[in-house]
Amino acid sequence: MELLTTNNVWMMLCAALVFFMHLGFSFLEIGLTRQKNTINILFKNFFIITMGIIVYCLVGFNLMYPGSFNIIGNGILGFAGLGLDSAAASDLAYNEGYTYWTDFLFQAMFAATAGTIISGAVAERIKINSFMLIVFIYVGLVYPVVGSWQWGSGFLYSLGFYDFAGSTLVHSVGGWGALIIIYLLGARKGKFDSNGNAVAIPGSNIPLSAAGVLILWLGWFGFNGGSVLSADPTNTSLVLVTTCLAAAAGGISAAFVSNLLYKNLDITMFMNGVLGGLVGITAGADQMGPTEAIIIGAIGGVIVVLGIALLDKCKLDDPVGAIPVHLFAGIWGTLAVGIFGDSASFDQFMIQLASVGIVGLFCVFGATLITLLVKSIIGLRVSEEEEEAGLDIAEHGTKAYFSS
Amino acid sequence: MKKIEAIIRKSKFDEVVNALHDAEVYFFSYWDVTGVGNEKIGKVYRGISYSTKDIQRRCLSIIVSDSFVNKTVDAILKSGATGNVGDGKIFVYPCEEAYRIRTGEKGNKSFN
Repeated sequence: MELLTTNNVWMMLCAALVFFMHLGFSFLEIGLTRQKNTINILFKNFFIITMGIIVYCLVGFNLMYPGSFNIIGNGILGFAGLGLDSAAASDLAYNEGYTYWTDFLFQAMFAATAGTIISGAVAERIKINSFMLIVFIYVGLVYPVVGSWQWGSGFLYSLGFYDFAGSTLVHSVGGWGALIIIYLLGARKGKFDSNGNAVAIPGSNIPLSAAGVLILWLGWFGFNGGSVLSADPTNTSLVLVTTCLAAAAGGISAAFVSNLLYKNLDITMFMNGVLGGLVGITAGADQMGPTEAIIIGAIGGVIVVLGIALLDKCKLDDPVGAIPVHLFAGIWGTLAVGIFGDSASFDQFMIQLASVGIVGLFCVFGATLITLLVKSIIGLRVSEEEEEAGLDIAEHGTKAYFSS
Repeated sequence: MKKIEAIIRKSKFDEVVNALHDAEVYFFSYWDVTGVGNEKIGKVYRGISYSTKDIQRRCLSIIVSDSFVNKTVDAILKSGATGNVGDGKIFVYPCEEAYRIRTGEKGNKSFN
């Protein structure tokens, strides 16, 4: 009982830390975009966390942890019924690490994260109603179904796939969705000139972004630390160390590489690099030692810098770098479990690779279907005039800041 | 009465203010202005380099009596110069009338 209490307190603290990440995401996104879209970004982020928790309570949790795969067998699709199960909740033998309620809350905070990743990538041009509808379906269905394959003991779990805290299951799921939606949505007006070259659209508030990144880093103590699923002293402490080392290495390497490439000490690259390191270590935070964590983080940072350039080359517009950070570094982190650390082997690498592919295919398919459906019903983009005026005025009828 | 409008480097603002105070010109308005010119400033944001012709300067608007015009212009010319292209401009305009709102005083009295 004492052990359960200790574990449970840690898990609730971690749930709160992951909750706090939503402020980090909001700040990062506001700072890297233009002032005229601030309210829109806040509205999206409030919608994600509020809708995310409710939908996860109604269907998500029981889709992700169905117990038995009763709809499509072999660990593909199961559903344990609508809403939370108060009977299971009163059983303190539910788990030695945490109570049923804590389990739900911690997982619900994760679910909302997948939606937030999409928010950053589609910023400054998507219709708010289209966004809400897409994210509602994506967080309500795609995220928990993919999660059930691994964390719900589905077929990826049986296959031997390893994803500690969700480089693939959370970050890549959000990242794949973001990639498809920005492809179908198109770039912001003015992001590419008539020759197709990328044009800089500087963010409005870099200090706010910096606060966002540091809040995200703090939140990762809960994201990875809580994914130990108990307060087990050995694992929890190790995970926090690998997490922080990878974040630090990711930031340093991104700053270094972007300076090498562009002869410029770019703070936004530095910040994105920290996030790349964090996403990279997330799949194997409990498998790595300090050296491996630094290597994985550093490569994550490089991937982010190159990924940002790659998206510009492909004429894809991701204002905050959500796709390089969450998708590219997420794939890297997942594969890294097969290259470094306790489970490294050729077989493990192939399992990781196959799982990345399977999840990717499903997310691409799901996101395409949902986005095209929403596009055919209510459209995706605001008009050119609305985009020019800013979504704050066009979609929400007011501004974020008034002078005096 | 004359209105003296000066566009100066922001970095020279404090020196110009001190020089104006030394010349016994204590009151004036200023605001930041953006101009377009030949000077291109290279910038990099998230790996994309871009250049802008926008030039950031500070504009001073000073109303003085006729006897103060030369002193004021000299003070700005001396304190605002670096010798490089882009030090700015001074314009002198006639000023028809001036009033102090509190007292209704007119002319030189209204600002001295």
